[in-house]
Amino acid sequence: MDPLLLIEQSLNGFQLGVMLFLMAAGLTLVFGVMDMINLAHGSFYMVGAYLTATFVGLFDSFLLAVVLAVPLAALVGVVVELVALRTLYGRDHLDQVLATFGLILFFNELVKIVWGPVPLRLTPPEFLAGQVELIPGAPYPAFRLAVIVVGIAVGAFLWYLIGRTRLGMLIRAGASNREMVTALGVDIARIFTAVFALGAGLAGLAGAMAGPILAVEVGMGEHILILTFVVIVIGGIGSVKGAFVGAVLVGMVDTFGRVLLPTTLKLFLDPSTADGVGASLASMAIYILMAAVLFFRPRGLFPAHG
Amino acid sequence: MAGARRRKIALACLLGFLVLLPPVALAAGEPFYVSLFTRILITALAAASLNLILGFGGMVSFGHAAFVGIGGYVVGIAFVHASDGTLFLGLLPGTVSGFVVLPLAMIVAGLVALPIGAICLRTTGISFIMITLAFAQMLYYLMISLRRYNGQDGIAVWQRSELPWPIDLDDRMSFYYVALAVLLAFLYGTHRMVNSRFGRVLRAAKDNERRVRALGFHAYRYKLAAFVIAGAAAGLSGALLVNSTGFVGPSYLEWHRSGDLIVMVVLGGVGTLFGPVLGAGALMLLEEFIPELLNGLADGLGEHWKIFLGPILILIVLYARRGLMGLVDGSLGGSLLRRLRPEPPPGKPPRRRR
Amino acid sequence: MRSLILTAGAVALMAATPAAADELKIGMITTLSGGGSGLGIDIRDGFMLGLEHAGGSLGGLETEVIEGDDERSPEVAVQLADRMIERDGVHIVTGIVWSNLALAIMPTLARNEVLFISPNAGPSALAGEGCSPYFFNVAWQNDNNHEAMGQHVQNAGFERLFILAPNYPAGQDALTGFQRFYTGEVVEELYTQLGQLDYAAELAQIRAAEPDAVFFFLPGGMGINFIKQYEQAGLKDEIPLFGPAFSFSQDILGAVGEAALDVYNTAQWSPDLDNPANARFVEDFVATYERIPSLYASQGYDAALLIDAAVTAAGGDLDDTEALIAAFETAEFDSVRGDFSFNTNHFPIQDFHLRQIVQLDDGTLTNRLVETVFTEHGDAYAQDCSM
Repeated sequence: MDPLLLIEQSLNGFQLGVMLFLMAAGLTLVFGVMDMINLAHGSFYMVGAYLTATFVGLFDSFLLAVVLAVPLAALVGVVVELVALRTLYGRDHLDQVLATFGLILFFNELVKIVWGPVPLRLTPPEFLAGQVELIPGAPYPAFRLAVIVVGIAVGAFLWYLIGRTRLGMLIRAGASNREMVTALGVDIARIFTAVFALGAGLAGLAGAMAGPILAVEVGMGEHILILTFVVIVIGGIGSVKGAFVGAVLVGMVDTFGRVLLPTTLKLFLDPSTADGVGASLASMAIYILMAAVLFFRPRGLFPAHG
Repeated sequence: MAGARRRKIALACLLGFLVLLPPVALAAGEPFYVSLFTRILITALAAASLNLILGFGGMVSFGHAAFVGIGGYVVGIAFVHASDGTLFLGLLPGTVSGFVVLPLAMIVAGLVALPIGAICLRTTGISFIMITLAFAQMLYYLMISLRRYNGQDGIAVWQRSELPWPIDLDDRMSFYYVALAVLLAFLYGTHRMVNSRFGRVLRAAKDNERRVRALGFHAYRYKLAAFVIAGAAAGLSGALLVNSTGFVGPSYLEWHRSGDLIVMVVLGGVGTLFGPVLGAGALMLLEEFIPELLNGLADGLGEHWKIFLGPILILIVLYARRGLMGLVDGSLGGSLLRRLRPEPPPGKPPRRRR
Repeated sequence: MRSLILTAGAVALMAATPAAADELKIGMITTLSGGGSGLGIDIRDGFMLGLEHAGGSLGGLETEVIEGDDERSPEVAVQLADRMIERDGVHIVTGIVWSNLALAIMPTLARNEVLFISPNAGPSALAGEGCSPYFFNVAWQNDNNHEAMGQHVQNAGFERLFILAPNYPAGQDALTGFQRFYTGEVVEELYTQLGQLDYAAELAQIRAAEPDAVFFFLPGGMGINFIKQYEQAGLKDEIPLFGPAFSFSQDILGAVGEAALDVYNTAQWSPDLDNPANARFVEDFVATYERIPSLYASQGYDAALLIDAAVTAAGGDLDDTEALIAAFETAEFDSVRGDFSFNTNHFPIQDFHLRQIVQLDDGTLTNRLVETVFTEHGDAYAQDCSM
């Protein structure tokens, strides 16, 4: 392959990874801190995208729309936490799966009732609509670069928040020993609500940033949910660093699987078989990656604590 | 104990209901319910097979639908080759004989489960959930890539498996009793297995694997055996399901379907013999009738049925702690009481944190 | 015991006999929730408008439409078909959007001798050797719109094409159909993943291959993802994009916006097709549902009109299935697409047009007719059908 194309595809894989990281960061946080499997994370992502699209339509400003949509998504998260999920923290993972599965059904239908079944329109803002020629001969969409910037900023913010602030310290303490933190007179329930809100807000941000690139439609959360779980399991549940590395790994493997497998297989098989098998193998690639990682490192690449 | 007696009475009622359903439904002019409950029984078999490993062995497989799909594809592929007279892999002729395809579905699903289980069982907890999902997804994409068998479109199976007289799967009553018999046989087998030495080791390994090992048992082998048996039973369920729907495709192996099976087991009551049957019945009946019920209330409301199903599931999780079997035991009031108290429910150790 | 069961069975048979013959029951199985529900709802709404225009009854019979949400799952579709046939006694099933669902329910329908009037899915598996007397398609055979685009691209003189579709049978049908009429060079034939989100890698491949044009078939959300990303990559002005109507139908245009402006696509119908039936359909659809009808809505509408015409021709007799099938084969109705007739395999023979995306004064995007590509076009599989 042409080296320039190789670099371009690496950038594509990295960018896909960062987009997955935006989604995975919130999920791994909630999972790691509260030991809570939240399938409804994808619903907050969908709500974030829909709200952003709506506000762009109202105010004609992408930035303002994101600034409004992200806290609203977090607020939706708080409501869900208070009404349904907070009683599930100590419960079996299976109960959490069942309840949050119920939430998915609820939110998909709610969004359909509020916004209608037809996909919404959301495009990059004017100033990010063009391309930047990073690699000679391969102009790169400016908005995708913005996604990379936002993703790295979120990573840095979380690293600072968790590693360097008092709230972060309490979060870490609450994750490893809930009783101890409570005994110290800290209201652990409030902290958990705050973490859940942060997770939902991050999912909303992911929706806002993915919306201009992907279809804003009912069920958009599930398309990306499984991928996100793959990412955080590879990275190690609860680890933000792991989520980042896992996301980039998945992005790279997926991108290069799609690019290389069909072409490689055409060397051995007839073109029509190669196309079919190649496309399927490319789809399988990330699952093979996950199975391999879990086989050798059952707790992921960067186990969070303990 | 009152709870145990209540449970016995409830189960006798359930069995009586299941045995008498076809003649009553047919007499009432509602043949549809025979077909519907045939499907419920077949799905209950898949859920019960998942319960064997999930409920009794603590192995939360998020890829169980893959084995249902494998069993279904055995019937589908055998049908394709029987109808066009070609050989599978240039070796085996096709067939629609139930005596061949039904056992074959179990064997093939079990054989696929063996290596997958061997690898997955080296992990536990959430890793096990995700690695089983990974293998199921691989099999799903494998089926999509099978162009010979129509990829994503799947196989329309126009002919049901042939079994000797008096069994005739084309007759809905006959098919129903086959499904019921298979399910009851599997439940009986599960009951025997769970209460045998095998089952005790399995259940002990669920609670404390290290102690089992210290006692000299290879927990891994017992778990793997259970995983393979569950896979084979799921394969049989798939083979029957194809006969019921006349169709098999990659959608049988989708992760949603594995999720549905987990939902059924949890809904019915994890680790109870009849829980999965109740869970499968409840979920499928809810899905079947909520839309109609809503349409009866207001025109066009049925379209939005999932906005009601979602909260119903949440309420069940919140208030019926041990699933529907918990309700049968009369613990609804108890679980409400327990919710007001901070301690965990009796008899169930608090889940250890990682 | 056996005789008791037999008696019970006989009672059941009598009781299960479909309702009085002057009532027509139609099973509307379509996708009403989750991804892709926009298409199902369009088909359903189009059908209901057709029913209204036919005077609230089809074929002069009191008509009941029983709705079911298939959730885009073949198993659920089969289950619904089962229920509607066995319990509700429907005479005709319609509504299905997706080919794999249509294929899944056919054994059940054929076993019960119930007709399926497909308002969308037209897989090749049901058009050739596998054709069924119980299956009628009132939209197109899957290949048709792609064939028309192949012809147009050929006529327009493009010589190096990059073509892509998802890795499933309808995707293979699409690329096969396209290449049946486009005979120039194909620099790359690419199969993408079902439900794929990100196309950056494919776009880089397209740019590197330097084709004259790109032909793509990516229905629903995949198409929205692709078109948005194609435009953002700056490819739209460099390499012209072509696709079948599914890639640029009304439901997608709203979501992709100007990224689709000026692009050409092919279809058997367009909102501005000039005939009285279409004018009435479009006007009333906009008035009733406050949106421009999509291709799918037009097909749902035609399904209702077809059933109306056929049942009328059969004299309202729903019990004689053979006569009913014959009535469908020769049914004449004012299709919103103009001339329409059935081929020997129960798929349409009709015209196909080139359309272009334009922007209306109020900012909405929609399709405008450019020219006719095929007249009285059938499909390539009819010759293999033995009906």
